[in-house]
Amino acid sequence: MLAKPRFRWLPMPYHSMLLFVTWLLLNNTVAPGHLVLGAFLALGIPMLTSGLSQPQPALHKPIKTARYALMVLGDIVTANLEVARQVLGPLDQLHPALIAMPLDIEGDLPITLLASTVSLTPGTVSSEVSQCRKFLYIHALTMTDEAELIATIKERYEKPLMEIFSC
Amino acid sequence: MLSFTVILVSIMVVIALILNLWRLFAGPDLADRLLALDTMYINSIALIILLGIWLSSTLYFEAALLIAMLGFVSTAALCKYLLRGDIIE
Amino acid sequence: MNFVLELIVSIFLLIGGGFILVGSIGLMRLPDFMMRLHAPTKATTLGMGGLLIASMILFTLREPGHISVHELLITIFLFITAPVSAHMMAKTALHQKLKMISRTRGQELLDPASQQLAPPQTTEKVESPKA
Repeated sequence: MLAKPRFRWLPMPYHSMLLFVTWLLLNNTVAPGHLVLGAFLALGIPMLTSGLSQPQPALHKPIKTARYALMVLGDIVTANLEVARQVLGPLDQLHPALIAMPLDIEGDLPITLLASTVSLTPGTVSSEVSQCRKFLYIHALTMTDEAELIATIKERYEKPLMEIFSC
Repeated sequence: MLSFTVILVSIMVVIALILNLWRLFAGPDLADRLLALDTMYINSIALIILLGIWLSSTLYFEAALLIAMLGFVSTAALCKYLLRGDIIE
Repeated sequence: MNFVLELIVSIFLLIGGGFILVGSIGLMRLPDFMMRLHAPTKATTLGMGGLLIASMILFTLREPGHISVHELLITIFLFITAPVSAHMMAKTALHQKLKMISRTRGQELLDPASQQLAPPQTTEKVESPKA
């Protein structure tokens, strides 16, 4: 399901919100003048640039998205402790591998989010997406079992993303 | 105590920068040098943040943000160049 | 400035500096490019997160009533761009067919991956427990 422009004066509501918050963060203030200027920019820039944007699957479950973001943040910390231990430990115990993971998820934005999550979290870097958008090539720093790694990624990251984008 | 920690962490970041520099010179391939450069710009942001804490001034935030943005764009441009032999297709 | 604030900020600074150092040690130590890519993308990014959180806590709590959250922008920016640049560098390495160390499994995937093709006989690979 694709997000269509619902209002003429607010073609990209999420982007507008993001721009407004970014402007306030950039100026580190909530002074009234900056609120007005930020609102002006948040309305004006999407109006000028909405013609360039490609339609993307819409977010349906904001609470699930927030939960997913928190889970990924927690996983980043644990994955980093693991990677630090592997980097500082003996190197001949590392068994790197290049694997191809079949993708069930569709669409550019969901695949990008999944690839970024895979890169940031569990000792893996996403390195290429096949042209048919069906396979994600992943390089793992150390891998004991290919099927187990793929199952973990599918269960932990791909399933919630599919629920979020309901595809 | 804080000033001591800031100096200690700065020394750690500088050691990290020297290791990156070693990889930049020794890296057997262009991609290795690219990775070293990418890590170096992130580490230099760390040094600027530490300078801001040391001088207790938030003025250095803009410099850090600029380095972050330009660093990412230059990494992307260099990758494009190595991938295609051209930046703008 | 009180002692507890300094202690918290120092702990975050030390965590951040430690992860940055680990990232660079990994960059120097690991044997091939694809393995080296892991250390800076993960450890250095988290290290920056630690430093920026320390800076945020310090500048917010130093004077009461003054909130400083703009370091959050750099943190979010780094966390968004780190996987993207890692992906681009991995693409570059695959495209240039950089050698991986000999015990890397799945090296036969290097050719289809660098041409963005689907892997050969995928169904068998997924079903088999050990590759």
